[in-house]
Amino acid sequence: MRSDDGRQGASLALRIAAIGGLLFLHLPILLIFLYAFTIEERTYAFPPPGLTTQWFGVAWNRADIWPPLYLSLKVAAISTLLAMILGTLVAGAMARTRFFGREQISLLIILPIALPGVITGMSLRSAFAIMEIPFSVWTIVLGHATFCIVIVYNNAVARMRRLSGGIMEASADLGANAFQTMRYVLLPNLGSALLAGGMLAFALSFDEVIVTTFTAGQQSTLPIWMLNELVRPRQRPVTNVVAIVVFAVTFVPILLAYYLTRGGSETAGAGK
Amino acid sequence: MSAVLAERGLGDRLTGLFWRRPNLLLLLMIAPPLIWLGLVYLGSLAALLLQSFYYIDEFSGVVVPEFTLKTYVELFRAQNLDIIFRTLLMSASVTLGCALLAFPIAYYAARYARGPWKAAFYLGVMLPLWSSYLVKVYAWKLILAKEGIIGWAAGVTGTTPILDAVLGLPFIGGNSLSTSFLGTWMVFVYVWLPYMILPMQAALERVPLSMLEASADLGASHGQTFRTVILPLAMPGVIAGSIFTFSLTMGDYIIPQIIGTSARFIGQAVYQLQGTAGNIPLAAAFAVVPIVIMLIYLHLAKRAGAFDAL
Repeated sequence: MRSDDGRQGASLALRIAAIGGLLFLHLPILLIFLYAFTIEERTYAFPPPGLTTQWFGVAWNRADIWPPLYLSLKVAAISTLLAMILGTLVAGAMARTRFFGREQISLLIILPIALPGVITGMSLRSAFAIMEIPFSVWTIVLGHATFCIVIVYNNAVARMRRLSGGIMEASADLGANAFQTMRYVLLPNLGSALLAGGMLAFALSFDEVIVTTFTAGQQSTLPIWMLNELVRPRQRPVTNVVAIVVFAVTFVPILLAYYLTRGGSETAGAGK
Repeated sequence: MSAVLAERGLGDRLTGLFWRRPNLLLLLMIAPPLIWLGLVYLGSLAALLLQSFYYIDEFSGVVVPEFTLKTYVELFRAQNLDIIFRTLLMSASVTLGCALLAFPIAYYAARYARGPWKAAFYLGVMLPLWSSYLVKVYAWKLILAKEGIIGWAAGVTGTTPILDAVLGLPFIGGNSLSTSFLGTWMVFVYVWLPYMILPMQAALERVPLSMLEASADLGASHGQTFRTVILPLAMPGVIAGSIFTFSLTMGDYIIPQIIGTSARFIGQAVYQLQGTAGNIPLAAAFAVVPIVIMLIYLHLAKRAGAFDAL
């Protein structure tokens, strides 16, 4: 029967459009890998006239790549730590209790990521200008931690909603105080969700460029280094090598976050 | 025998206090994040608004912290209005492109994908969503360059005249794809596509199968069921996705800077004005434009029921 839509397979056209769409999402990134091996360093000629692995060595020895890499790692680490503390706290407060202003607070948490990065960046830039704060690592961290809070919050609040309140009461009945309950009951149950949130936050911060260009001043994070190379290229394949590094540093935590939380209704990464 | 356990120290005493006053614990937990978001984020937004009411002294180039509407008068000059309209036009066409491309993927994932395919579709959308923004943009610079893969493919398949004809079109065309509005549009659609797929898929998954059966029982063809049942029920998801694609396009300045013409978008104007030009008040006024547009957009989306799909 034709009308039995649900159990019937998809039409060929739909299948091609769906699979084609997925391929469209993934294939461009493969080119980054290909071009890291090309011998042509002045243009983006396709197909590459020849292949070489020399650019990995060249990139390794380029002194201008290491300081931005360290700065990016440092900023991402500090921002993730701050976001994990603040995000978990606000998730703990929002998960169980209803109070006045709850809706407004949830809007406030989402706003930094819902509004375009240019607005967050320009707002911070305006504030630094008014308060005459000089650019430093901390001005970058200020922006990053702000938009990372929502990532940790989303993961933590989903897990807390699923957690039964009974285990906390049981812990109290067995004589544990609030801190012992947190240490031995709450944190082990939240662990993987927090880790997943932290990893996504790290990936987001490591890769962020729009807000960072407003809050970094003369400092250069790895994405800012890449952006400069895109605007004024030199040794183009080296940029590809760095792009592969950036891709790997964001890809691995995202995949881990997925495996840490998969199978629940709270799979990490469903929204950015 | 005492029913009350002996207190073992500060931890126990605090536990008792939190038990008697649950609001105290709530306050202690919510205060640090609220202070952070309130000071850093809302404070900065307030600073942005404040800056936009300052003006820059034309002779000295110094920001004068006095309330004025001068900067907004400047914002509404013809050349700046051009930038705003160009950005809005791009945001709207990117949103449309994303919706058309996303629909088959979301529909297939919601209705037909099962078991491992379901997971594959989820990962297949989530990984590009989260993977590095700059890497994605860079990949498209390689693709769209004159000597890049599209030009090569056109040469191999003998379709170079078609490519040249497309590039010859007024307004959207250009010297090569990487220096045309068409190229900018393609990259925007690619980068924001996952943001459209996910809410669309969520909305489609909520369409009950029984409704489709009822529609078929009442004699509707597949096309009629699609137009009158599936599409209206998927609309909140489309609108939710469009919030992201519209807002992200409107605020982006990296993509048009790397792939596109020299004509500027709002994000580029903000970036250049605060940087090289040093005109922070006008940059701030420019940044207020997307905020106002998004507030209107969100208001309309809320009335269309899009927030239930988020």
